[in-house]
Amino acid sequence: MALKIVKGSIDRMFDKNLQDLVRGIRNHKEDEAKYISTCIDEIKQELKQDNIAVKANAVCKLTYLQMLGYDVSWAAFNIVEVMSSSKFTYKRIGYLAASQCFHESTDVIMLTTNQIRKDLSSPNQYDTGVALTGLSCFVTPDLARDLANDIMTLMSHTKPYIRKKAVLIMYKVFLKYPESLRPAFPRLKEKLEDPDPGVQSAAVNVICELARRNPKNYLSLAPLFFKLMTSSTNNWVLIKIIKLFGALTPLEPRLGKKLIEPLTNLIHSTSAMSLLYECVNTVYIDVNTPPLPSLSLSLCLYLSLPPQLCVQKLRILIEDSDQNLKYLGLLAMSKILKTHPKSVQSHKDLILQCLDDKDESIRLRALDLLYGMVSKKNLMEIVKKLMLHVDKAEGTTYRDELLTKIIDICSQSNYQYITNFEWYISILVELTRLEGTRHGHLIASQMLDVAIRVKAIRGFAVAQMATLLDNAHLLTGNMQRMGICEVLYAAAWICGEFSEHLENPMQTLEAMLRPKVATLPGHIQAVYVQNAAKLFATVLKSQEGNTDSTAAQETSQLMIDRLPLFVQSANLEVQERASCILQLVKYIQKLQQKDVEVAEEVSALFAGELNPVAPKAQKKVPVPEGLDLDSWINEPPSESESEDEQPKAIFAKEEPKHSRPRREEVDEKELAKRREARKQEQANNPFYIKASPSSQKVYQEAPGVEHIPVVQIDLSVPLKVPGLPMSDQYVKLEEERRQKERAEKKKKEKKKRKEKRSGRGKKHDSGPESEEDITPAHQVDIVTEEMPENALPSDDDDKDPNDPHKILILHIVKTFVYDIQGNLQDGSQVVVSVIFENKCDSFLKSMEFNVLDSLNSKLQRPEGSGPHDGLTVPFQLPPGVSNEARFVFTVQSIIMPQKLKGTLTFIVKDSSTHEKLDFKLHFTCTSYLITTPCYSDAFAKLLESGDLKCSSVRLEGVNMPFHHLLARICFHHHFSVVERIDSCASMYSRSIQGHHVCLLVKTVSIDAKCDEPTLLGNVLDEIKQTFSQC
Amino acid sequence: MSSYNAFSLFLRMLSATHSFLSSSFMLLFSRQGKLRLQKWYVPLCDKEKKKITRELVQTVLARKPKMCSFLEWRDLKIVYKRYASLYFCCAIEDQDNELITLEIIHRYVELLDKYFGSVCELDIIFNFEKAYFILDEFLLGGEAQETSKKNVLKAIEQADLLQESGGIDEEELEE
Repeated sequence: MALKIVKGSIDRMFDKNLQDLVRGIRNHKEDEAKYISTCIDEIKQELKQDNIAVKANAVCKLTYLQMLGYDVSWAAFNIVEVMSSSKFTYKRIGYLAASQCFHESTDVIMLTTNQIRKDLSSPNQYDTGVALTGLSCFVTPDLARDLANDIMTLMSHTKPYIRKKAVLIMYKVFLKYPESLRPAFPRLKEKLEDPDPGVQSAAVNVICELARRNPKNYLSLAPLFFKLMTSSTNNWVLIKIIKLFGALTPLEPRLGKKLIEPLTNLIHSTSAMSLLYECVNTVYIDVNTPPLPSLSLSLCLYLSLPPQLCVQKLRILIEDSDQNLKYLGLLAMSKILKTHPKSVQSHKDLILQCLDDKDESIRLRALDLLYGMVSKKNLMEIVKKLMLHVDKAEGTTYRDELLTKIIDICSQSNYQYITNFEWYISILVELTRLEGTRHGHLIASQMLDVAIRVKAIRGFAVAQMATLLDNAHLLTGNMQRMGICEVLYAAAWICGEFSEHLENPMQTLEAMLRPKVATLPGHIQAVYVQNAAKLFATVLKSQEGNTDSTAAQETSQLMIDRLPLFVQSANLEVQERASCILQLVKYIQKLQQKDVEVAEEVSALFAGELNPVAPKAQKKVPVPEGLDLDSWINEPPSESESEDEQPKAIFAKEEPKHSRPRREEVDEKELAKRREARKQEQANNPFYIKASPSSQKVYQEAPGVEHIPVVQIDLSVPLKVPGLPMSDQYVKLEEERRQKERAEKKKKEKKKRKEKRSGRGKKHDSGPESEEDITPAHQVDIVTEEMPENALPSDDDDKDPNDPHKILILHIVKTFVYDIQGNLQDGSQVVVSVIFENKCDSFLKSMEFNVLDSLNSKLQRPEGSGPHDGLTVPFQLPPGVSNEARFVFTVQSIIMPQKLKGTLTFIVKDSSTHEKLDFKLHFTCTSYLITTPCYSDAFAKLLESGDLKCSSVRLEGVNMPFHHLLARICFHHHFSVVERIDSCASMYSRSIQGHHVCLLVKTVSIDAKCDEPTLLGNVLDEIKQTFSQC
Repeated sequence: MSSYNAFSLFLRMLSATHSFLSSSFMLLFSRQGKLRLQKWYVPLCDKEKKKITRELVQTVLARKPKMCSFLEWRDLKIVYKRYASLYFCCAIEDQDNELITLEIIHRYVELLDKYFGSVCELDIIFNFEKAYFILDEFLLGGEAQETSKKNVLKAIEQADLLQESGGIDEEELEE
């Protein structure tokens, strides 16, 4: 016996322990893998031995190797062996290895249940502790189910050390085995008042996490947590509790009032930044957590805390020298910006300062914030600041980020904040001078968009673009700058299309036909060639007006001289266009030589304006009557026909077979190919406004760009294209203009006042310039996208414009029309579709729709919201736009009409004020009826059954043709005609709850039957109402 | 494509098992990118763990020294801090508090420091199991279980004591 022990320990002396292994690995840096594989072989040997100490040592080494990334799953069973050692030393290692290596699909976990149970009930608290810790890492649903009771018992263990761990691990158990929550909850709740602070904080942790998943069930704990919040000094606990209240308050608005004081105290008094940050984050922002996606309101609306308080606190964070606080402050600020833009906007100076920060992540955060902060007033200033940063910025990624942000900021909501488009064009032109940017395409698409849609700017844009074309060598001179040459695409197109604005078209034409153009990417060359033709037409027109005919002929000669270069192009598109145009010009030249005037005809080639088309326009074209898009044009070939028929048959057999090869042609692949091609085409088509910004286009390298002699430009000097105005000038000009405007306004006002009361000369200061005072520099009409006639401005495509159910229209700031429709599937549900139309000039947002429920009818609100909460309308409304939202109501009884009072709250963007609009929803009995066809025999049976009560109504003073009368009842009251004999007709309809309503209509009276007399009475009243109105 | 799948699986597991706990995992790695310690509070298979570790280590090491300690990485927030040659890195969920996580990291470093007596990277390499034991006494399932440094150290010391003495006692018992 003794010998065996001695022998064992001698063996062990020669085993490597963990330290040896680590040292060994460090000494074998060159052949680490080889060394480790020998180590693993040794470990395998060690694991085969009986001695548990040797095994534990081996497992410990394996755990280390696992961290280095080696697979040790093969040793899972050995780990379980070591876990079950009775010695704490080994058990500890076993559990550590298990928690590092096991995951849910490790099958030996099944074997551990009993061992873990034994350890949990061990008299040694450290055995229990180690088991609990391990379990927290690898608990599976099975383990959770089997051990839930044991752990629950441990929650009342005498040692706080165990209680604490047991409480925490209970959360994991709940997640894996939710059934355990109910029996364990009372005990968990008890632990909130545990004498040991550690256990208490563990319980707070667990309950808070649970409550954030499903706040409703934890409302009853609010008083207890409130007590904890006011008494606890532990920041960790406080943070959790605040998070919890963030989730609870939207469900119970009364909590908000109680929380104001303690929260304000905390915000003011705490020195812990983490706690302050949590307060600000939760109170002002975090209500929008997953359990409550519909509630975008921030908690401060419930708490009625002023947002300034929190913004001021954030300012302190941002001003701190600590990068971390600065970053978090900006992060939180950007969230507040969404709900309280005004209070953030006043800190513009601070945000702009952050752009100078040395930390790129902070600069990017600040950029994000700026996007939301611009207004008409400060746009130019902010962009000017950003342009300075573009010049200074190191590293292309950040500079590209700046560039996209500038464009984002300027183009947001349809160029809403731009008052001077000349300024914007010059900003875009300045951006083209950026070195090495990848966003040439983005700039180009902006240039095209602005030039096409803002008519007033075309003259200016054309002049700028002509200069760009003239100086094209600056943009293409350096290979690194290739991305930017995309801009030339836009420049060439704008100059060609709007060539009537060109001052010197001849010069531009010449610029476009320079030999160097052939080094540009193919798609750009193609645009050059095509637009050269447009320019040619313009030039001819101006030259033919003069008496001198030689000039026109010289122009043609220029074209003929230069175009062959493009005819030789390797790019098919360029080649095709060039040869086509070349032939055309040759023909023109012939005519010119015969002294025939051709300018008119040539320009007719490019006549007509190209207007932008809205991406959705196609959808809005109504389908012509009688056209069924789903029906087959050619009958599809039957499935039974075998695919591999002999090819001979196709030609030999009769007619219908011919349709087959034709259809095969349009198979999936081909369709996809065509789709791709169409997309490509659209991307290249400037008239097609894309639904989303198309991704960066990678163009093919033009061959041999490097070999072309290029004028070298010293790039260390910031490039200034001669003759181009700088955007700064516009900022100054704009300032002056605004000042002048203001002065004029003042003058006018003064004049008025003088006229009014000449006696008193009181001086008024018109105060700081407000948003509304700023008028655009030149009346720019932003051309809206073309829509086909007949199309609806509404966003909803399936909406029928002649919806019969539009009942009420409110003309206040905004109108809305609604339509109530019963739901056939559910006899108690009614869907109300409301069309909101913004009739005022301001942007409306944060709309909330709320209805005061009656006993009978209730607005369906998402789970978790209270009975008085409004529903957020899921869109914003720019001026003049309408959109539709649907709300579901549950109705118990449908036999009586109902009126529901409601309010719509919204924020008018410019003034940031909350506005309210009261309305009434009128649920008529008719709206519960659904047009249901009925055959005359079924109808007769119904009438005979005798279950129906009778009623009648006289129609007085109705003098309209009988079929009109019927149509009206069908249309307004959802009836269908069963049978009509001369001036007598039977009609039928059904309610959503299955009541039958039968009418016998004559010219002057209606007899009616229904199984519900009250409903019938109301429906008849409503019918009568309809006819009394006409 | 496969990488995307692995990640979506990872996210699904996160949301299924772990949606709100303080941290999803903790990594310690050296300036050279060598992993020194890893603790996962979400059960993932080794392949995913490796992939996440590799990407994250690269991302963090690429940051400049003056940059702040937070970054957004996939759907998680990463909080990291460098102590001497070691990076301590925690992944937390969107709604979690970055500052408190930073505090947790700092607290753990302090604990290591107290336990080893001005800790250095080598201490953690050669006694990596001890570093785990300390972490396990401090955090459980990604949640801070003990905010008092004294209590954590006491628990560790007692367990160590048990290991020493218990080892001898039981060996004698076996006889």
